[in-house]
Amino acid sequence: MLKLIATRAILGLATLFAVSVLIFVCTQFLPGDVAAAVLQQSATKETLAAFRRELGLDVPAYIRFFDWLWRALHGDLGVALTNGRVIIDVIRPRFANTMFLAGYAAIISVPLSVGLGIVAAINEGRPIDRISNIITLMTISVPEFFVGYVLIAIFTVELGLFPSLATVDSDTGFFDRIYATTLPALTLTLLVAAHMLRMTRTSVLSVMSSPYIEMAFLKGLTRSRVVAHHALPNAAAPIITVVALNLAYLVVGVVVVEAVFTYPGIGQLMVDAVTKRDVPVIQACGLVFAAVFVGLNTIADILAILVNPRLKYRR
Amino acid sequence: MADETPILKIHGLTVETIQGNTIVDHIDIDLKRGEVLGLIGESGAGKSTIGLAAMTYARAGCRITGGTIEIDGTDVRLLDAAGRRDVRGRRIAYIAQSAAAAFNPAQRIIDQVCEGPVVHGLMSRHEAEAWAIELFRSLDLPKPETFGRKYPHQSSGGQLQRAMAAMAMSCRPDILVLDEPTTALDVTTQIEVLILLKHLIREYRTAALYITHDLAVVAQVADRIKVLRHGRQVEEGATDAVLHHPRESYTSRLVAVRAAAASERVSLDTLGEETILSVEATTAAYGPLTVVNRVSLDIRHGETVAVVGESGSGKSTLARIITGLLPPSDGRIRFKGRVLSKSLADRSREDKRIIQLVYQIPDVALNPRQAVGEIIGRPVHFYFGKSGQQVTARVKELLRLVELPEDYVSRMPMQLSGGQKQRICIARALAANPELVILDEPTSALDPLVAEEILKLLKRLQAELGLAYMFITHDLDVVRRIAHRTAVMLKGQFVAFDSTDRIFAGPHHPYTEQLINAVPVMRTDWLESVLALRAKGG
Repeated sequence: MLKLIATRAILGLATLFAVSVLIFVCTQFLPGDVAAAVLQQSATKETLAAFRRELGLDVPAYIRFFDWLWRALHGDLGVALTNGRVIIDVIRPRFANTMFLAGYAAIISVPLSVGLGIVAAINEGRPIDRISNIITLMTISVPEFFVGYVLIAIFTVELGLFPSLATVDSDTGFFDRIYATTLPALTLTLLVAAHMLRMTRTSVLSVMSSPYIEMAFLKGLTRSRVVAHHALPNAAAPIITVVALNLAYLVVGVVVVEAVFTYPGIGQLMVDAVTKRDVPVIQACGLVFAAVFVGLNTIADILAILVNPRLKYRR
Repeated sequence: MADETPILKIHGLTVETIQGNTIVDHIDIDLKRGEVLGLIGESGAGKSTIGLAAMTYARAGCRITGGTIEIDGTDVRLLDAAGRRDVRGRRIAYIAQSAAAAFNPAQRIIDQVCEGPVVHGLMSRHEAEAWAIELFRSLDLPKPETFGRKYPHQSSGGQLQRAMAAMAMSCRPDILVLDEPTTALDVTTQIEVLILLKHLIREYRTAALYITHDLAVVAQVADRIKVLRHGRQVEEGATDAVLHHPRESYTSRLVAVRAAAASERVSLDTLGEETILSVEATTAAYGPLTVVNRVSLDIRHGETVAVVGESGSGKSTLARIITGLLPPSDGRIRFKGRVLSKSLADRSREDKRIIQLVYQIPDVALNPRQAVGEIIGRPVHFYFGKSGQQVTARVKELLRLVELPEDYVSRMPMQLSGGQKQRICIARALAANPELVILDEPTSALDPLVAEEILKLLKRLQAELGLAYMFITHDLDVVRRIAHRTAVMLKGQFVAFDSTDRIFAGPHHPYTEQLINAVPVMRTDWLESVLALRAKGG
């Protein structure tokens, strides 16, 4: 089993490396040229060439790639081209903000949707199953900014409960942060709940048709005990996978939600960098996103191995 | 041995599907303490449905719509959900056909065995564990103290079946429902489990409903037999009376199929001289695991060679090697002297045509989205380049050959019965005009009467077309009736390969002996005689 876990971990690292190559290659093909973008009017042929040399853009791409990767591994993500700030310092608070929001949304959405998924499975076909299905289907079917604005319309404009702008800075206290980010967190919850709920429901139901579930009923167990003790442990692997995917989405997919609530997260930073052609910042953000995504999925894979006794205990 | 108060009294039990089809029709059962009632019938006879209904349980899509089910004088159909739960597992317990499927793969065996008595409030966890270990010991499980710590996948099929018996007995129920408890096991394992189950029922004076399709098995355990067909009772009587003096013609036919097995012998008329297939010292492995080890085999024109052995002995792997599906790591396969390529991909169309394969489970061997005409027509087109009318004509000819009506051309597999599907599979194999047909347990998924028809068809086809068969099976009765020569396979090797008569007459390899003795015989005292033989050290 250790071998299996090690394989998953190594595969995760290999994926991350492949993604870093991809990020680097893609940023090379971004339309426009950073030197031209920075110098703008004063870009003569000579000044462009000199500026490029200064930035190291004249060296072959593969050397620049390994150089970049090597530095990144040591926590040096370089310097932003546009304003000369050290990227790691720019990213750190932004990343912390994004993780805070993602964590907040996860704490609401994961128990809620897995719990509702189990309840829906136990009450298959009954009203609570249908209602939870319809509502989550609706929230997943509309664009995320729309969900955000609807929540603002209800909770800010009508009820006046929460602010529509999630402005925080390094001095904001914990509870103020919670207060400020409630609406974006709710928006994210509505976006990811449907996927997790439906997967949980389907996994539990498919296990519920197994002969060992019939056996459990024939032993005289209650329905809730059958679900909790016999169905859920066997449905865990697909649920873990979908939860990890959605957690990753909470971190990586928040760009629009951050824009709606003007929340200073890493997604905003990346969008800004793209418009300004600030390649090192784009690369750094991409790398952080990739690391979160691959990391969470690798953890999910390893957990799925750990909950499966057939993999854990060999014959 | 049975006292007079019925512990289970079912009257007028009727079960219907949601659509309103009756699958169990007014069945009455009287079961006294310590008595075993065998429920006999083919698939679809409603045996399992009755067994589950006795626990007031109906599978999805079915409902119990009529009748009374009294356990110890209480009509359990009148109880509420909590009352029914209280009865299930505690008063009446269930043993399923496949223990591998009936155990939760994510829990240790001991947890599942102890769950019943703890949840029903009969014992503390500690007491339940001690009792489970006692049951493991009386069921001859290895290392009873620690056996329960295993997960289901860590023990064998026979062990799991015994562990399930322990799980059923954990609440000391008054009634056991045994639903084909030995059907999924190999013959030699089946006899072990059968002996232990019989012992268990007798020791704890448990009443039992024993559901099976195998008359020889039920003869060993049941005091009385109830024969069922299409959800209705055909007849009921004492075991000996039903087996030896059946009143109804349906029962007579069931008994006759078993009896034929004991008397019929293969004719040597069709046997040719020419050796068509020879497998020479062939070895194959899945990864590091050698499954077939230096096996040599030859098959003559018009001959049936049976390969018998238990699951995992390498029988089906041998078939995969001969057809080229699994390239062997060593050895050679010749057809009429010519060496065949090891891998299917390297074989010519002609080499593929001469050897055809028929699978065990016809339900999964047919593409559910293709009509019969396409299924059989494909090899006609592929091997002989025929098209349009010619294909249809040939398909109809093949359907006649397997005794199906020509208008089945347009049927979908879903519209066919199991026996008809297997006929289609045979027709598909014949479409290639093969010289050798490999039959991988072609009748074991079928009901006895249907299987009988398929065997007759195969014999007729052999006589008419001069086919050679390699017949893979674990059923020694079938072997005796159709095989000219028989190979006995154990752990990837042949322990015997000789004419069928000599294989059965002996002297035997010890394993062959064990196999032959383990086949249940339709005599009520057979199990006792085997036990007596074993006690003498036989």
